[in-house]
Amino acid sequence: MAKFSRKKGKGTPKISTASLPDIIFILLFFFMVVTVMKDSDLKVDVNYPYATELQKLEKKSLVSYIYIGKPKERYQKSYGSAPRIQLNDAFATIDDIPLFLEKEKVKIPEQQRPLMTASLRTDKDVTMGIVTDVKIKLRKVNQLKVNYSSKPRTDDL
Amino acid sequence: MKGQTLLLILFLITISVVGFSYWLVTAPLEVDKGITVKLPPWSDEPPSAMKLNSRNVYSVIVNANDELLVRGEPMDISNLKENTKIFIANPNGLENMSESPDKALISLKNDRGTSYEVYIKVYNELKAAYKELWEEEAQKRFNQSYEELNIPQKKEIRASIPLVISEAEPTDFEE
Repeated sequence: MAKFSRKKGKGTPKISTASLPDIIFILLFFFMVVTVMKDSDLKVDVNYPYATELQKLEKKSLVSYIYIGKPKERYQKSYGSAPRIQLNDAFATIDDIPLFLEKEKVKIPEQQRPLMTASLRTDKDVTMGIVTDVKIKLRKVNQLKVNYSSKPRTDDL
Repeated sequence: MKGQTLLLILFLITISVVGFSYWLVTAPLEVDKGITVKLPPWSDEPPSAMKLNSRNVYSVIVNANDELLVRGEPMDISNLKENTKIFIANPNGLENMSESPDKALISLKNDRGTSYEVYIKVYNELKAAYKELWEEEAQKRFNQSYEELNIPQKKEIRASIPLVISEAEPTDFEE
């Protein structure tokens, strides 16, 4: 007993760690709540062009994104540096577009399907050749609502 | 003393974590904006040769070097909007410009080597020209901004100045 009594009063007492799990859980829940899901991992570089006549895409669920641009540097070894199309998370060719759009289409309710928009997120340095090919493909599968993603421009030309 | 330092460190860490998360939440998400267009439906048959009065057609050609050729004349892109507006409205009733705004047609043609940036710029200018014409018409007819009009009124204006941008298949000189 003498041992115990000697210890008393020496230095500051240890902090109670009983509340540590609580803190951890609060943090965990907090992160779970605030985390936003990322849409897709970009494998191509997309610098948007600038424009003034912009319209906002209202319903995200009705939009399918088609990315066009140069592959990022770490993919250039295997995919080259010519502009490529990216659908979802992977590189694709023009012939993959119809199936991709069909898959997007079945996700949305039937009465809203005509409102589906294809958002072309194209890099500004890409030439029109690949864009035209994509446009022709979209017309062939009757996906006529298209949005050319752009950033707002404030200065004059 | 040691316990207090520990507490202080823990407190600081918590604060920074909360602050960082707050920044994550409030940081502006990527805006989803762009130029909306409606593509024409695809048809396998070649388009029927339409008899168009050439005075009603405003042809805009962008070549592979991103140069503009408007009705056979080179033009700087900064003048495109004003010239388009004058062509469509034809305020002086000139012989070589559109008979009336609802007969005007803009034909846009580009090369496969045209850069996307310039294409968007040109498309943007053409759309801006129409938007400004609608705005002027709305002020004239209803004394109101076009954006504030109701849907039948907007339709009325759009019927008198319809947006017709026809895109030809691109040429293929160089890519």
